[in-house]
Order: sequence, then structure tokens, then C-alpha cells
Amino acid sequence: MMVLQCAIIFGCLALGELFVYLTGLPLPGSVAGMLLLTLFLKLGWIKLEWVKGLSDFLISNMGFFFVPAGVGLMLCLDIIRAEFWPIVLATLASTVLVLAVTGWVHQFFRRKIHFENMHIGDWFDGLFRK
Amino acid sequence: MAFLENEFFLLALTFVVFLLAKILQEKTGWLLLNPILVCIVLLIVFLKLTGISYQTYQEAGQVIDFWLKPAVVALGVPLYLQLESIRKQIIPILMSQMAGCAVGVISVSLIAKWAGASQEVIVSLAAKSVTTPIAIEVTETLGGIPALTAAIVICVGLFGAAAGFKVLTWIHVDSPMAQGLSMGTASHAVGTATAMSRSPKYGAFASLGLTMNGILTALLTPLILEWIGVI
Repeated sequence: MMVLQCAIIFGCLALGELFVYLTGLPLPGSVAGMLLLTLFLKLGWIKLEWVKGLSDFLISNMGFFFVPAGVGLMLCLDIIRAEFWPIVLATLASTVLVLAVTGWVHQFFRRKIHFENMHIGDWFDGLFRK
Repeated sequence: MAFLENEFFLLALTFVVFLLAKILQEKTGWLLLNPILVCIVLLIVFLKLTGISYQTYQEAGQVIDFWLKPAVVALGVPLYLQLESIRKQIIPILMSQMAGCAVGVISVSLIAKWAGASQEVIVSLAAKSVTTPIAIEVTETLGGIPALTAAIVICVGLFGAAAGFKVLTWIHVDSPMAQGLSMGTASHAVGTATAMSRSPKYGAFASLGLTMNGILTALLTPLILEWIGVI
């Protein structure tokens, strides 16, 4: 059922593009399409097994699809050479910072909420024990 | 050697080189030999040596490029499968995304400025953590160099893919959800692809990071740059 699977994936992509076109939001149509696919699955309008095969194939090869865009690097070797260190330093350091801060903040709030819930739980237990 | 410019030859070459790069990584087990990175470098060397232009290569490359957008749509599936665990921790996710977005834009701009980058380059780097179409959109609005943004975004993705999990383990970000989220937030779809190859759970949180940081970066970058006095 390759045709059905393509119809769903490309249908969501087209709707995503339409959504971006109509709302003028600064989003790529593909990201809007991804959110629409999630929504349709959640609403049950699309069954998981209708898209599973194609979506697994696309996701597992996503890295490969980046190759031609990456070859585009050759177009700006001159600018990169001219400002090599600022570009490399800023990019690498900032990427490590984003990885760290995102992970830390997520873990911090997750523990905090978990901890507070436990407190509320203890408090309830206390009430019932009285 | 006009045959070398044949688009089916270039297409076949891309598949074969990627396959070899993949085998190379499996044989050596060396994380830095990311097959995407190795394949890109080898293809650039080949094009430079033969004098074939990027435009000629792209005639073939666009056939592969084309699948990127449907692949991003397909990320909706793992996202759907994790909706329940996402709902349960909506506050940690929102907080980490705001922090990740702000740190990404501020740190890259200030470090580049401090290291002496030109205004044009700083602006082109600002949205480097997010997926190419959003990053290019931001660069265009701010008057940067879109081609440079596209190249840097790929490099950030490759760096995240090669080093991301190592960095996260090293700084004690251990939960699969936090790790996935960080990978998607810091290195967009390439990081997400790497997270997905660990398990769909990592991948789903990475897609979430990719999406939310994409949206936040698109909306906030101009404001943040103005606020820190870069533009």
C-alpha cells in the first residue's frame, strides 16, 4: 500500500504548506505537516499502520537525505576560510552549551515536579492517617 | 570526461560513497567518522578535483534532497507515540526549550562577536541550532548570508550527531527524554536522526526539541539579537 502511505505523508506535507501559506507563520511547511500528522493520528483519522512502513523508511534514512545540502558547503568555503576561528569557536561552544542547558533544565524541573508531587502525596497520606 | 556530469552517475556515486562511508564507520567504530560527514567531504573533494560545479551536482542531488521534507513530516509518527509522556512533563519541556533557544542564540552571537566575526557572519550564525528552512528564513530577515547559514546548520547537525551523546553523558544528562530533547534542540534533524537510531523514544523527544526550538528561534531571534545589542 505504498500509494496510501505516500498519499498520507505528502497530503500532510501539502496541508502543512497550505497552513503556512494562509497564516504567514515563519515555519517550514514540513514542520507544520509533522504536527498535522501527529494531530490526525491522535484524532484517529489516520491509523498508525497506514503510515508506519513509509515513515520508518523515511526516518531511518533521514541522515542520508542531508548529503546534497551538505555538499553545498563547497559554495561558501571562502567566507568560512576568511573568518574560520570565530565561526568554528562560536558554533562548537554554543552547540555544547545548548545540549547542556536544555538537558539540565529539563532534568531540574522534572525532579522538582516529581519532588513536589511526592510532598503533596505525603501531605495527603498525613491527612488520611489523622 | 563529460560523462562525469551525468546525473545518474552522480546519483549512483552519492549512494556508493555513502555506503562505503557507512561500512568505514562500522569497521572502525569511530564516532567522528560520521558517514554523512565523510560522504559530504569525499563528494566535495571529488567535485573540486573534477571541476564539476555544485549546480551540476545538485541536478542529481535534488532527487535526494526532495525526501527531506517528507522525512520531517514522518517524524509526526514517533511524536504521536510519545504524546502521553510529553503531556505528563509539559513544564520541564517548555522550560528547557526556552532556555535552550535563548542560550543558543545568545552564546553563538556573543562568542562570534568576541572572536571578531563580521556583523554579516554573526547574523548568519544566530539560528544555527534549528532546521535549515527556519534558519535560512531567520538569516534572510536579518540580512545575513543564507548559503553560509545552510552550511553551518549542517555542520552543527554533524557535530551534534558525532559528539552529542558523549557530551550529554559526560555532563550527567542521563535520562533518555532529556538526552533526546537536547539532541533535537541543539542539532535539529541530523541530531534527531541520530537519536532515532538509538530508540524511538529518544527520537520522539528529539523531534519535539527540533520543532519547539525551531518555532521559538524563528519568533525570538530578532528580539534577542536586538536585546543583546548585536543588531
